[in-house]
Amino acid sequence: MRWGVLQFPGSCDERDAFHACERTGAEARLVWHEERDLSDLDAVVVPGGFSYGDYLRAGAIARFSPAMEAVAEFATASGPVLGICNGFQVLCEAGLLPGALLLNESLRFTCRQLDLIPADGPIRQGILDESARRPTLSIPAKHGEGRYYAPDEVLDGLEARGQVAYRYAPGQNPNGSARDIAGVRNEAGNVVGLMPHPEHAVDPLTGSTDGLKVFEAVATAGARA
Amino acid sequence: MARARVLIRPKEGILDPQGKAVERALPALGFEGIGHVHVGRMVELDVEDPERLSELCEKLLANPLIEDYEIEPI
Repeated sequence: MRWGVLQFPGSCDERDAFHACERTGAEARLVWHEERDLSDLDAVVVPGGFSYGDYLRAGAIARFSPAMEAVAEFATASGPVLGICNGFQVLCEAGLLPGALLLNESLRFTCRQLDLIPADGPIRQGILDESARRPTLSIPAKHGEGRYYAPDEVLDGLEARGQVAYRYAPGQNPNGSARDIAGVRNEAGNVVGLMPHPEHAVDPLTGSTDGLKVFEAVATAGARA
Repeated sequence: MARARVLIRPKEGILDPQGKAVERALPALGFEGIGHVHVGRMVELDVEDPERLSELCEKLLANPLIEDYEIEPI
């Protein structure tokens, strides 16, 4: 099993994501944004940071990179894709996930450890099977544009189909996200994005190893594919 | 080349915390009677084929899920 971790100009969490991938016991490599060939990969991480300076809107420019075009094809072919923070924004901009991420309601950059409740909808043979078995995950969040938004009818559909991958625990919504949504997945279940950073919670040194569960869930899907 | 200006603003009904922050700051500076403040973006560009401007806005300059845009020739 081999992971690919995308690297855009302005990415800053790809090294931690790379490290988290290796901690699942698999191989990993960085994928420069100009690369198009992902044929050696079993799973892809679109990491956090400020791709292309987040100019225009967070993730808006990155979605047109050659690597993201390849990720779109990879996702269409049922390859598991995990988008974290800026990576979540990129996947939304690319139309691989529903909704959009807006400026935090507080207008402040938020940085804190919080509890996530995994998948509240019907659990399918998706990439979250593994983490969904745990009651809550303690994972840090750090972002300025993390307020999840989609029109009400879209949110109703996501909830009905079990596409809300993660919610902030009650009272811990750090950004004003609709319905406390911290992460969503696509209908097929192979693409998931979330604002908090599981890659920063894989070592006891930093207080929690819950983030590893998120990576292990994706690895399980990658090994199955 | 035609020059155009694209105005992009948050869609009506979507919380605009930037607009709210500006609105709240104004009375403290003595500007009373101001409401409905929204903060958006403006993009100026030269374009060979103005017919393609809408497509360009839909694909990149604006996110139609959360933003409205207007194209003005200048």
